Amino acid sequence: MDFLYSLFVGPFVDMFSTPDFLLQVLWEGFVTGTLYSLIALGFVLIFKASGVFNFAQGIMVVFSALTLVGLYQAGVPAYLALLLAVGVMALLAIGVERLVLRHMVNQPDIILFMATIGLSYFLIGLGEFIFGGETKSMITEQLGLPTGSTTFAPFGGVLILQHIDIAAVVIAAVLVAGLAFFFSKTRIGRALRAVADDHQAALSVGISLNQIWAIVWFAAGIVALATGIMWGARSDVSFALQIVALKALPVLILGGFTSIPGAIVGGLIIGFGEKLFEVYWGGLLGGGVEGWFAYVIALIFLLFRPQGLFGDKIIERV
Amino acid sequence: MFYREAGQYKTSYKADSAIFPILQDRIAIWFYLAVAFIAVPLFGSEFFINSMMIPFLIFSLAAIGLNILTGYTGQISLGSGAFMGVGAYSTYKLVTIFPDMNVILAILLSGFFAAFIGMIFGLPSLRIKGFYLVVTTLAAQFFLEWAFIRIPWLYNYNDSGAIEVPNRRVFDIVVSGSEASATTRYLVVLSIVVGLTWVASNLIHGRIGRSWMMIRDMDIAAELIGVRPLVAKLSVFAVSSFYCGVAGAMMVFLWLGAAEVESFDVNQSFLILFMVILGGLGSLIGSFMGAGFIWMLPIVIRAIPKILGLDINASTVEHINFMIVGALILVFLIVEPHGLARIWAIAKQKLRVWPFPY
Repeated sequence: MDFLYSLFVGPFVDMFSTPDFLLQVLWEGFVTGTLYSLIALGFVLIFKASGVFNFAQGIMVVFSALTLVGLYQAGVPAYLALLLAVGVMALLAIGVERLVLRHMVNQPDIILFMATIGLSYFLIGLGEFIFGGETKSMITEQLGLPTGSTTFAPFGGVLILQHIDIAAVVIAAVLVAGLAFFFSKTRIGRALRAVADDHQAALSVGISLNQIWAIVWFAAGIVALATGIMWGARSDVSFALQIVALKALPVLILGGFTSIPGAIVGGLIIGFGEKLFEVYWGGLLGGGVEGWFAYVIALIFLLFRPQGLFGDKIIERV
Repeated sequence: MFYREAGQYKTSYKADSAIFPILQDRIAIWFYLAVAFIAVPLFGSEFFINSMMIPFLIFSLAAIGLNILTGYTGQISLGSGAFMGVGAYSTYKLVTIFPDMNVILAILLSGFFAAFIGMIFGLPSLRIKGFYLVVTTLAAQFFLEWAFIRIPWLYNYNDSGAIEVPNRRVFDIVVSGSEASATTRYLVVLSIVVGLTWVASNLIHGRIGRSWMMIRDMDIAAELIGVRPLVAKLSVFAVSSFYCGVAGAMMVFLWLGAAEVESFDVNQSFLILFMVILGGLGSLIGSFMGAGFIWMLPIVIRAIPKILGLDINASTVEHINFMIVGALILVFLIVEPHGLARIWAIAKQKLRVWPFPY
């Protein structure tokens, strides 16, 4: 009886007795959810355009952030370092297209997926080889990002909002809006959508697949850099982030592999759900449930709606 | 030239469908076994046996487990590290609850616990496949990792949270724990690996293995000609997890001596997947080659600066190691997607027809 109480009643009593704390938890969930969405967005971009499930997206987040911080530590001014990091991501995109993807046309999806795992190992080694393996702190102030926090007092309690979190949400929103504009209004964006729709038809009207792949990997690289900066500012820049980045996978299952709005909504659901579950129900299981909660949600989701919330209806099922 | 089957006539179906149809291959396999069972324990140094041969064999077994699942049945799994953990922790519980139990028996029994857990996490494979399955196996990976930390019963409530291997005797010989000699442990590992490889080979070449391969090649067609996907998929998850579980149990009990959760994390799963890819998907010999390659490569890379007299610190070598493994995987997938096993097969073919090209 006690157990049932603590499972079904206790958490809700806690929630409504201290609404300010609930708001704080929701805010935390919202911010982490935004960051999950951003990582998932990188996955979706590449999957839509090339059908490649890019496992290296999480590593690209760390790698780009590491490049930025590493360049700054080498004496490059912060904004120039940011530009150079963008340049590095462009080079990476072209390199991946030239050296890997181009040679693997017509291979099964699974082989391409494993190639991105190989790519992620290579990037881990390269990043640590050049910039060292120790954790670094993000150059938040030098990039002109706000620090500090604001305290509100809703319901007579305390609610602390870190400015960097607010900035993260704003930047994520701008990035998504920018991508949406790019996809729907520009010539390249339309070409990207055409490729996503049908490779052969796109080829037949004169769209260069190789070029599109490089562009889409570059776009994913930009998203990765933005995510890396935000996440690096919240915690530190290290390759431990890649484990967190794997959480983009359940996000994608919730949102569907091909849907940008799905990636955002999925990320927010996972972010909110994870924090609420950890804070209010985690104690029952001994804590630390954040590590697997997202995956289990995805597992349950797969049983009932395998195509995700917004994904394409066609899904290969047994 | 050296490798001719001329004059070897097959007079029965049995001889025609043998796994090693050529006499030289049969001689070679007995030769390798003789080297492994006799020469290595006699002449191998402690370092060679303990740091190279034992882990090589253990990882080979884990790679065979994953290869059955990924190579033969086409279900990608990133949870093999966690299933190794299930094997290790259940062996630990078995030998501490029943102190008189034969530790080798406990290791083999623990495979069945891993198989059971593997079947549970294999259930989603009935509805989904491909990337989606990757996510469900990751769920297994992270959930089991969490369980190994948060369920203190699994490590007998000790403070360190690690499992320590007690000294256990089988027929008056210390087999596990700190007192066991490297040679003893090597022979036990070798016997288990050889025995289980033989079982795997028979499974794969038999009816059940063919049904796995049918599921891999085209599941709908397989279903139409009478393969039951439920049975085939759950059995492959069970068998694969059994092998991973036994490998994990051996890793802790016959090699490391103690283990924490970190030994079974997601990186371990990646490592085994790499062994399978590099060795060759759908090949038993490839599993051994991949495991040998991935395990020996860092040892060789670490040795190179010393030989050349260069002063490179250990962490840099580690990073270069990562880069080389990553680059090798890319190169292999581009140049030879079937891995080392295919290169081996090509080499054998060339030897057969040498000096003529066809």
